[in-house]
Amino acid sequence: MTKFLIRRLVLSIPVLFGILLVTFSLGRLIPGDPCLAQLGERATDEICDAFDRRYGLDQPIPIQFGIYIQNVVRGDLGLSLSFQVPVTDLLAERLPTTIELTLAAIIFATIIGIPLGILSAYRHNTWVDVLTMIISNIGVSMPVFWLGIILIIIFSVQMQDVMIFGTPIEETPLSFLVLPSGRPPSVRFDDRFYAVYNLVTDDSEVVPWMEFISRFTLLNAAITGNWELFIEAFRHLILPAVAVGTIPLSIIARMTRSSLLESLNQDYVRTARAKGLKERRVVMRHAVRNALLPVVTIIGLNFGFLISGAVLTETIFRLTGIGKTLFEAITARDYTVVQGVTLVTAIAFVFINMIVDILYGYLDPRVRLE
Amino acid sequence: MADNVAKLKNNTSAVRPNENLFIETLKRLLRNNSARAGLVILGFLLFIFIFAPQLAPYEPNEILLDRPNGIIPRLPPCSAIFGCTDGPQFLMGLDGNGRDIYSRVLYGSRLSLPVGLAAVSISIFFGSVIGLVSGFYGAWVDNIIMRIMDVLMAFPSLLLAIAIVTVLGPGLINALIAIAIVAIPTYARLVRASVLSLKEQEFILAERALGASNRRIMFTQILPNSLTPIVVQGTLGIGTAVLDAAALSFLGLGAQPPAAEWGRMLGDAIDFFRAAPHMAIFPGIAIMLTVLGFNLLGDGLRDALDPRLKKS
Repeated sequence: MTKFLIRRLVLSIPVLFGILLVTFSLGRLIPGDPCLAQLGERATDEICDAFDRRYGLDQPIPIQFGIYIQNVVRGDLGLSLSFQVPVTDLLAERLPTTIELTLAAIIFATIIGIPLGILSAYRHNTWVDVLTMIISNIGVSMPVFWLGIILIIIFSVQMQDVMIFGTPIEETPLSFLVLPSGRPPSVRFDDRFYAVYNLVTDDSEVVPWMEFISRFTLLNAAITGNWELFIEAFRHLILPAVAVGTIPLSIIARMTRSSLLESLNQDYVRTARAKGLKERRVVMRHAVRNALLPVVTIIGLNFGFLISGAVLTETIFRLTGIGKTLFEAITARDYTVVQGVTLVTAIAFVFINMIVDILYGYLDPRVRLE
Repeated sequence: MADNVAKLKNNTSAVRPNENLFIETLKRLLRNNSARAGLVILGFLLFIFIFAPQLAPYEPNEILLDRPNGIIPRLPPCSAIFGCTDGPQFLMGLDGNGRDIYSRVLYGSRLSLPVGLAAVSISIFFGSVIGLVSGFYGAWVDNIIMRIMDVLMAFPSLLLAIAIVTVLGPGLINALIAIAIVAIPTYARLVRASVLSLKEQEFILAERALGASNRRIMFTQILPNSLTPIVVQGTLGIGTAVLDAAALSFLGLGAQPPAAEWGRMLGDAIDFFRAAPHMAIFPGIAIMLTVLGFNLLGDGLRDALDPRLKKS
């Protein structure tokens, strides 16, 4: 296992290097003088010389690349023109929202997608199967930002006007169906875990990691036991998570179905049946267990859909994550932010795939012995 | 048993040189439910694509606000067919500039379909060449090319497309190029895998013994024999390309105003969809139908062309 781990780690080094090369080239290929683009009207010759020296722009290209790597390793991704803060600070501030959204989406996709796939494989060629496949086909064909808009129209706008036996829905037990679509409640200083547990007494003592963790709204609410805030934040997360999670859900359901169909035809399933085991046990313990292996990989590969889903829906749901940041940066032609977001997500993608591979190797010994 | 017979049939039809191979594949395709559904949807879209000027009551960019009778921006849909008789008649309503959404949605097919097809054609062209070279020459050539492909695949595809358009500058053509570049590794890998499995087979060795050049072997023997997965992946890829193009336009990086592009129309609706949902609903349905059509056809093609791929 250790050998497998080390090999997997070493294999990702050239890819990481390539990613850095691509994002570096993006920064250099963008038309125009980077100093003028970054500093705009403030850029005098002197300031630009200093700027060029700081980012090594007066050096030959290979050295510039070296400096770029150094800066990235030190966590310096340049200065955002439109936000007027370092890109790293911007990302640190806004990543938690996106992480919470993508996690919620993948959890939603997995807990609905896998049972749906199992059901449709087990009831192969019945109406359940056909319906599931129709839904999953439509699911992968929808633009995620359109789905977000439709969900808001249905659950936030139209649902408010629904009457149940003459009573507005919000006064009935079904009021939970009216879901919020806007910005989640902002977490005040007093609600943050470091304030609740008296880790700091005022704003200036907050260290970066504390600040970062406290920005996970759900996590922060759970740590501090503020369940009112937790439920409110959770309700705000439902619609965006459903929107972002629908494509992965469809893919996971299809994958589970085809994989389970295959394993239901295997000899060991026939053996299990012949032993006289209960059908439920045969399916759940023998067939599903083996069928889920490829699904693990698919869940990992869906990160790409999750992140593009976040980019496209955060603006619609007014969530201040890196997706909305990227959207704003594109509008403002803020290239450093685009470059930074691309770099960070690509690196995250590589690490997630690595974790999935390692997990797969752990679950299936054949993989690591290959 | 029936399954095995079907497999046997498929195998023999693949081995035997058959004049009617095309017709046979088509027949198999038409027996497939999802392919049939996909073809119906795509036929409908092709009809709209061809006859958009005849079907559309207005020009896509015609501003109708100067007409009398209570025409206002974002006028909701109203059509006598659905029982709405009083008020100006617009099947899908008007957008923020007082343009007829129905006409714009129809004309949108003239942007999205060509963009999807063109992007995939470019990816297939470059992907095939790269895959062929990589698989055929192997060794360090293969190693370098495949590592580059790995790096491209390490980026979430939409993010990389966004980054590329940022460099190239916004616009539908640049968006198309970005989408094409991002998809190249998929086809390169696909072709490379085919090449690797084909190049040691007897008929290639025979060709080589006859003195055929590398290029001749690559393009007349190996490429035609690896077409099946490319056709399947390409059809599915058109759906993805249409979706990505819509997404880039939605973000303001693709089609520029006043183009009647579906993603762009959704982008225009973003601030108004609570008050004027019709602005968002219809362009989205158009995108969904298009993507669904190509996805269903792609699934059907996979089942019809290569039964071995069916399970994956």
